[in-house]
Amino acid sequence: MTATALPAPRTGVEVGDRAATAGRPPRSENRAGWLFATPFLALYLAFLIGPVVIGLLISLFNTTTVKAGIGSWVGFSNYADVLTNADFWASMWHSALFTLLTTPILVLLPLLFAVLVSRLARGQWFYRLAFFAPYVVPSAAVCLIFAFMYTPETGLITNAFGWFGLTAPDFFGSTSGAWFAVVLLTVWWTFGFNFILYTAAIQEISEEVYEAAALDGAGPWQQIRMITVPILRPTIGLVLILQVLSSLKVFDQIYILLTGGPNYTTRPVIQYIFDTGFSAYRGGYAAAATMVYFVVLVLVSVGWFLVRRRNNSANA
Amino acid sequence: MATAVAAPAADTDRSGTRRSRRGGEPDQSGKLFNRLAATCVTLFALIWLVPFLWALITSLRPNEEIAANPTNPWGSNWNLDAYSYAWNSSPLGWWYVNSFIISSLTVVFTVVVCSMAAFALVNLNFRGKYVLFGLILAGLMVPVEALVLPQFLEFRAIGLLGTYWAVILPSVALPVALFVFHSFIKAIPVALIEAARLDGASWWRIYSQIAMPLSRPAISAVAILTFITSWNAFLWPLLVLTQTKSQTIPVGLSSLVGGSAIQYAETMASAVLGILPLLAVFLVLQRQIAQGVANTGIK
Repeated sequence: MTATALPAPRTGVEVGDRAATAGRPPRSENRAGWLFATPFLALYLAFLIGPVVIGLLISLFNTTTVKAGIGSWVGFSNYADVLTNADFWASMWHSALFTLLTTPILVLLPLLFAVLVSRLARGQWFYRLAFFAPYVVPSAAVCLIFAFMYTPETGLITNAFGWFGLTAPDFFGSTSGAWFAVVLLTVWWTFGFNFILYTAAIQEISEEVYEAAALDGAGPWQQIRMITVPILRPTIGLVLILQVLSSLKVFDQIYILLTGGPNYTTRPVIQYIFDTGFSAYRGGYAAAATMVYFVVLVLVSVGWFLVRRRNNSANA
Repeated sequence: MATAVAAPAADTDRSGTRRSRRGGEPDQSGKLFNRLAATCVTLFALIWLVPFLWALITSLRPNEEIAANPTNPWGSNWNLDAYSYAWNSSPLGWWYVNSFIISSLTVVFTVVVCSMAAFALVNLNFRGKYVLFGLILAGLMVPVEALVLPQFLEFRAIGLLGTYWAVILPSVALPVALFVFHSFIKAIPVALIEAARLDGASWWRIYSQIAMPLSRPAISAVAILTFITSWNAFLWPLLVLTQTKSQTIPVGLSSLVGGSAIQYAETMASAVLGILPLLAVFLVLQRQIAQGVANTGIK
């Protein structure tokens, strides 16, 4: 059974454990339970739930990030400002656009390659090494290398366009060139993660299914289309949602490689919050932007959770 | 960090024994297909290695040669000068030390704190347990990366900005890690724990001498993935570690992007030095890392 195929909601259902039979817990056990759980709970409340509450609170004040204190109450005016600000919506759109550009490639391409690699008898370690190694490289190192390869005139990728008789776009000066640069970098960098998720799921498929199919005369392409892909559907769903969520949170590569440029035309929403909160010191305003963005991300997660649960109960 | 959790990693440890996915004896078209697939995949894998090789080769060439012949790597004067220059011109040594301390402490705290809570949720009956469980489950959906601004204000208020603690503390209570431990500890036979209880073992003893040793695969998965995530974290350390000498590898390296346009070799040498430690870990623990990702979906 593959872990990845298991939807998160399932865990909640299994909450009843071995200790759940008794009515009132004995006092010593009650105390031990809280002692074990307290370090986690304290850190969890302080640094996971805390920032949500603080963000909500600060967004109602005109806090600045230069001096301590939360400033004075301004009600919902920060939200009104954020929701009517064109720069904010532009940055939201950039994060969404990045998600639209990267998600199809990063869901389908690793699937294709995981399926193809799984059919090969040898060299599995080599493919895993080649595809997955970039995942352990820090974003800044990836950007250093790609910035060098994107250098106008002399860069390797710039020249590679010439080998095919094409002209390289201006990777740093034009918006479309910048998107191309950042998407290519991201595909190279994160491809291996999804590749590994698919590979693990494929390994769980029983050999006999393929043998039976081969006896029935199914060719390799038919086996992939009629067996592998349908069995992988839950994994494809998981990869899809993980990819959407992580693409919506893009920051590192766009910030390091392009600083959101040229002229802020690729700036993602996290950088917008970063710029307004830490360069313009408008803490309350940036907190309101944070909360709007936060709600969007949570809605995506919850939406997936609900779809998942409906599918599960429909299948059960 | 991620949303998906997963379940018992215990029974997925058998990838070593797998064979290829060909059904039975491949016929002519099957053979052709596989050969085609092998060619295509190998080509792609080689392309995937190009950025690594390119950075490595460039770091070994003199700058004049790179400028004269940017895409022709064959020169006669390969040397390591760029590495000594890169090492001396930026506090790389400090960055290594900082990254190492921060990542190691994060791993230790995450493993201990999350496994203890998971142990309590599985084996101990305490009031409020189900509320706690639901609260942590909801935490899977909280996108922490989006909350850097309120987090920053919080750490300024408690006066921890600029310290290692500011980087370590927020990433310790990780719901995904807790659920990895939860599914593992749940697989331990009840009889074992009850027997230990009857023998008078304390809960702490049961946790540290029965549950933890039996959860070794979960510990290694959580430890490895936490280490990688922590080592590569960028935005949060960028915000809280403002002194050049207190920065981590990714934050320090990012200041070199867009720097001097002519010191190609030195820049690439810095990138290679930044990649090396984790790549070494990766080469040694390749299988465990891949398995950990597959079992937890941590991202």
